[in-house]
Amino acid sequence: MRRRDFIKTVGVAVGASAIPFLRHLPAHAAGRGDTLVVVTGNGPNSMDIQRKGTNRPAYQIAVNLYDRLVGYGTKTLEDGTMMYDYQKLEPEVAESWEVAADGMSISFKIRDGATFWDGSPITAQDVKWSFDRAVSLGGFPTVQMKAGSLEKPEQFEAVDDKTFVIKLLRKSKLTLPDLGVPVPIIFNSKVAKANATADDPWATEFLHRTPAGGGAFMLERWEPGQQTVYTRYDDWKNGDLPGVKRVIIREIPSASTRRALLERGDADVSLDLPPKDFAELQKSGKFTINAAPIENSLAAIGLNLTFEPFKNKLVRQAIAYSVPYDQIFKQAAFERGIPMWGGKSFTPATIEWPQPFPYDTDYDKAKSLLQEAGYADGFDVPLSFNLGLAQWSEPMCLLLQESLAKVGIKATIDKIPGANWRTAALVEKKLPMHVKNFGGWLNYPDYYSFWVYQKDRLFNSMNYHNEEVEKLTDLTLHLEVDDPQYEPNIKKLLTIFFDEVPLIPIYQPYLDVATQKSVTGYEYYFHRQLDCRSFKKATA
Amino acid sequence: MNGNGKLRMIIGRLGQSIPSVIGIIIVTFVLTRALPGDPAVYFAGPAATPESIQQIRESLGLDKSWPEQFLLYVRDLATGDLGVSISTGFPVAEELLRRLPASLELTLLALIFSISVALPLGIAAATRPNTWVDQLCRLIVTAGVSLPVFFTGLFMVYIFYYLLGIAPSPLGRLDIIYLSPPQVTGFYTIDALLDGDLELFGAALAQLIMPAVTLGTFTLAPLARMTRGAMLQVLSSDFIRTARASGLKRSTVLYTYAFRNALLPILTTLGMVFSFMLGSNVLVEKVFAWPGIGSFAIEALIVSDYVAVQGFVLAMALLYVALNLTIDILYTLVDPRVGLDS
Amino acid sequence: MKEFFKHLRYVLTENPVTLIAGGLFLTLVVIAIAGPVLVPYDPLASNASQTLKPPSWDHWFGTDQLGRDVFSRVLIATRLDLAIAVSAVAISFVVGSVIGALAGFFGGWTDRVVGRLTDTIMAFPLFVLAMGIVAAMGNTVENIVYATAIINLPFYARVARTEVNVRRNADFVLAARLAGNSSLRLLATHIYPNTLPPMMVQVSLNMGWAILNAAGLSFIGLGVRPPTAEWGIMVAEGAGYIVSGEWWLALFPGAALMLAVFCFNLLGDGLRDLIDPRRRT
Repeated sequence: MRRRDFIKTVGVAVGASAIPFLRHLPAHAAGRGDTLVVVTGNGPNSMDIQRKGTNRPAYQIAVNLYDRLVGYGTKTLEDGTMMYDYQKLEPEVAESWEVAADGMSISFKIRDGATFWDGSPITAQDVKWSFDRAVSLGGFPTVQMKAGSLEKPEQFEAVDDKTFVIKLLRKSKLTLPDLGVPVPIIFNSKVAKANATADDPWATEFLHRTPAGGGAFMLERWEPGQQTVYTRYDDWKNGDLPGVKRVIIREIPSASTRRALLERGDADVSLDLPPKDFAELQKSGKFTINAAPIENSLAAIGLNLTFEPFKNKLVRQAIAYSVPYDQIFKQAAFERGIPMWGGKSFTPATIEWPQPFPYDTDYDKAKSLLQEAGYADGFDVPLSFNLGLAQWSEPMCLLLQESLAKVGIKATIDKIPGANWRTAALVEKKLPMHVKNFGGWLNYPDYYSFWVYQKDRLFNSMNYHNEEVEKLTDLTLHLEVDDPQYEPNIKKLLTIFFDEVPLIPIYQPYLDVATQKSVTGYEYYFHRQLDCRSFKKATA
Repeated sequence: MNGNGKLRMIIGRLGQSIPSVIGIIIVTFVLTRALPGDPAVYFAGPAATPESIQQIRESLGLDKSWPEQFLLYVRDLATGDLGVSISTGFPVAEELLRRLPASLELTLLALIFSISVALPLGIAAATRPNTWVDQLCRLIVTAGVSLPVFFTGLFMVYIFYYLLGIAPSPLGRLDIIYLSPPQVTGFYTIDALLDGDLELFGAALAQLIMPAVTLGTFTLAPLARMTRGAMLQVLSSDFIRTARASGLKRSTVLYTYAFRNALLPILTTLGMVFSFMLGSNVLVEKVFAWPGIGSFAIEALIVSDYVAVQGFVLAMALLYVALNLTIDILYTLVDPRVGLDS
Repeated sequence: MKEFFKHLRYVLTENPVTLIAGGLFLTLVVIAIAGPVLVPYDPLASNASQTLKPPSWDHWFGTDQLGRDVFSRVLIATRLDLAIAVSAVAISFVVGSVIGALAGFFGGWTDRVVGRLTDTIMAFPLFVLAMGIVAAMGNTVENIVYATAIINLPFYARVARTEVNVRRNADFVLAARLAGNSSLRLLATHIYPNTLPPMMVQVSLNMGWAILNAAGLSFIGLGVRPPTAEWGIMVAEGAGYIVSGEWWLALFPGAALMLAVFCFNLLGDGLRDLIDPRRRT
């Protein structure tokens, strides 16, 4: 018996629970098998991921309410945590696809019988309209499409109702994977067009408030700032039918309330807790903590090279030897991550990324380096962190401040409100010493280097510039990993990172998600949002 | 004074508030433009390029000079347009209207709580001035006004929800298992009753109790003090002495004669307290995750959403002006002693 | 003078609460001044082996996430919290009373300008205005002081205006005027000093509010720079630990805050009885 059928049968057997619309769910909603209650800190600010100014939590709308042509496969980590498989693409709206012999076009066959929520069939024209929209709106969706070499409407053609063709501008290993990210979702173009106006041909005002798609879940209600409720679309054909009938996503600004709700059994899934809470919940053994190391992400200290002392490599190394790594990892991060210090050698043995840097807490070494650099008496430096991340960055800065005092460096801590952080740290790049937590969507060191170490990039808040790094990054960014040129050049790149340390990594953080034991099927995605389609819940 | 005179006076009072309104608009505009953080950078998203930032800056009109922006802003205001919130993508007026009922419901219940505690306290104190009753009343209301709302709120949540489990979870207006009633007034309690759903009414009320008590405690002091003062004054007046001397019952004298006459100054205080509460429940809303206009303002401030902050501050300020105006006018109409020359 | 002390004794014996508040006030002042000498531990030093310990003989108020002694931090914060409140109130007192006095004395357009200014400030939700000012001017303690001063300004201006206005044509003023005193001199030496008693009442009532306001601002993350200890931010940070059972982090600074505000409010009440018995309400 196929899984979907199995669930259907069980669903009907259990399921006098099929309640069409309820004003109140029976007490202990969390105990019910068909409703998943999620508590989170922030909710979506739009139903349209392609809208300007859409926030990160809104990506979940694209994931759960809409379909793409393709999706990703799943793999299981050693500790049982499931995560997406970047290497494996699976059919979603496209039943199958075929790359042309010359490699310059891909033809997709739209799934037979797949329908939008209003019952109308999903056609190639809908896909064409949706893709045209993504490349025409500008801003985030257009940039993301461009990463897959999807740049203009002329590339997309609806040959007939069931055949959709993408003409490629160039061969790129990124085109197909880019179709599986949350951005290129498929809208019900008939509904959208009916609500478009002359000023707003892409129906942005309509789709901002009203989703129009054919995804596994439909929107039952959305109260911005309070809650979003999904109901399952029972006629969904583009994958295994979700294990839960309804998902309630409640926005609870206070992290401790989110923890309390989970502990009291009022919530099934709790997101965005401070590391300390995840550590304690895991220790209690009463909950499942899904901990996936966030790919290509580092909690680190950035040293700005426009700040006079940091121009000297020896000073940067001295700082790297003054960081109280172990203490920060235990007291600020509560060990929710993978240590990134104490590496064995200044020449990397592998191209694994991220990997521990060859530094450890060593005040004597730091002092002698400072002396050598002519800063035996230390200096004053502001140390900044983003107020929005105070939970772990504030203790981190306090511990660092104390340690720096031991080698004669006087740091004053600056809290920068979230709104100002991007401007101060990333655009103006004016913070001498600051906490960083950048993570790249694509899991390669060259991709990290591209965003963080290359000159003038947005996330190069250190104002770092090194010709060798420029060259090596440009060279490796487009190479296949199994290209013979790749490994030696990446090793060269890492050697420079180790030696020059404009960025001092401390640990690679986990993405933690706490669930009740009865809930299974959580899967880690690079977009860090919940894919509710895979969740299952044992009936209590 | 004849009716015409009163009308003229009301018009004059209206005219007086115009400079205030102009001042408010200017202050609001300057303040919100001075907010740190570049909204264009914020909304350009994670993979922004300098070009895309510039593009957004232009689309928001932020590349124009301040005077130009101000003129555009005033022009929009004249048509009742508060602008579109950058972070939520909804018109600010719509956001405020959606959230106002939540704040109003909370504030009104807090006011009811405050009145029902403060008035008896004030009357008790006034009838026994300078005794231990008076001292105790004073101690209670002073303690009330000394409580940091964010602190008391937090501990109430801890004790009544987490430890004892008698209070509902601090989830805003309704517990997780309920969905809101069909909207009529926007007050969940009233809408639930209109819908005939008693269980939902109870649930909505239960959510209101802790934040309302926290907020109400803070305003006990002005109400109780004003009641005490007004009552003392009335009780020492000639007509009460006459009433007492003519052998009327104590309670009749107290409630029918004295309290009625003390009502006017109390009502004035009430109006002030109400507008004060409406603006200062920012912290209470934050602690209890209350989806009102106060928490909206904090969130907007955090993301430098100047359109929303501007709209909020302006709306609140205008509400204040309107409320004070109404109180003044009512006062004039009710009290014949207040005239043009005062 | 003798009369005043008699009245003082009367007020204190009649009103033991004021006496207690006075004692509490003195204690707070002593702590604020001598805080650094009194603390058993360095309020800023972390201690990896003593993190999140509940209250005990060694640590009366327990320790925080970094092992810092909460008791020492609460003591040391007294100075900062009082300093913010005192300087904010001082600024609004000086500025407010001067512009209020000028308005009351000269009337006319001076009065109108000052009147509109205070009306405009009063029209804003005060806490939100303070938030906006701090956010716009920058996230520092000084700006918290300025913001608190600005929102308190109207109260002083109004009291001063009324007090000056009623005395403007009093007999002793007319007498002084006839004796050839200039207007400003008249205001500064004869009228203004007489407005001080009612203003002092306003000051003490305002202090408690100023402390709450500053603590509220730092509660939402504005102002105080870590690792500086301040009651509001300590409550805010401690709030996240209440559910996991570490209640002492928020309770003690919160209680200290409450006590200080309570003390100032009672004192203000008492002062009002002392200076202006008629106005007691």
